[in-house]
Amino acid sequence: MLPPDNITIYGEQFSSRLLIGSALYPSPATMTKAINASGADIVTVSLRRQQSVAAGDDFWQLIKNTGLKVLPNTAGCHSVKEAINLAKMCREVFATDWIKLELIGDDYNLQPDPFALLEATEILIKDGFKVLPYCTDDLVLCQRLDELGCEVLMPWGAPIGTGKGLLNSYNLKAIRERLPNSTLIVDAGLGLPSHACQALELGYDAVLLNSAIAGAGCPITMGRAFKAAVEAGRFAYNAKAMPEKDVAAPSTPTMGMPFWHQT
Amino acid sequence: MDIIINGKALTLTRSELKQCLIEYGAKAPFAVAINGQFVPQEQHANYTLNDGDCIDVLSPIQGG
Repeated sequence: MLPPDNITIYGEQFSSRLLIGSALYPSPATMTKAINASGADIVTVSLRRQQSVAAGDDFWQLIKNTGLKVLPNTAGCHSVKEAINLAKMCREVFATDWIKLELIGDDYNLQPDPFALLEATEILIKDGFKVLPYCTDDLVLCQRLDELGCEVLMPWGAPIGTGKGLLNSYNLKAIRERLPNSTLIVDAGLGLPSHACQALELGYDAVLLNSAIAGAGCPITMGRAFKAAVEAGRFAYNAKAMPEKDVAAPSTPTMGMPFWHQT
Repeated sequence: MDIIINGKALTLTRSELKQCLIEYGAKAPFAVAINGQFVPQEQHANYTLNDGDCIDVLSPIQGG
């Protein structure tokens, strides 16, 4: 029996290394089943203007029924003021000081604004929030966020919803190397279970994804696939991969090879 | 008094925020911002609205 290999996020332990989004599913029932199939312990949610009271209430009840830890986000915010106010509203509604801080700098690729992100992070941490910043894969930005007190960093794999996977594994690797004590989560841009596996193989502690499961032909089966991929990636990381070589090396012993030097 | 609540115009007979939320039919759980500024729940009872205020009443939705 292997000892538990949990992930720690702001002092809380979780067995799953997959954080899942609650958006874009073809139906509420599919959402619930896909979330369950993924094995995730943490689910992301958001706040918007109350339109259809009944629909919103149903959604929130479904999420509460999962019993999972809720991670609210500030998706769609473009300014520090917006993000801070939405974070405070999330804290009141969801009764958690965790916030997935998203601050968009460009609408073309939904790239986080690193400057506004730092400013908002500093304000929110001083206000008692536990900030999980969605950021670019920039080492220095991650170092600054770490210095501000972020115990968790969430660099993107690729722009949100693109499904392109890890566009710059060199950058992600550098962040892992330079911030060995941070909890690192690849957030956004994953499309395939192999992308998630790769992130875990690099030493990332977890992945956060939504579209890859919700947008799959069968979200429930894809949820299972990502669960397996994350587990495989983590096992591989713990097992320590063999060194890569440029020259072939036979795996079958050459000693005792028959027909040797026979002409 | 005329205000905007979740993007829609509403004429109020009284200026208390709490009364406004009842008239609007806000259903918990929700959080409120006035003119882009969060107003904690414990302040709702004593908060007085001004003519032209923009109120956002936010509730849980799906998120990634």
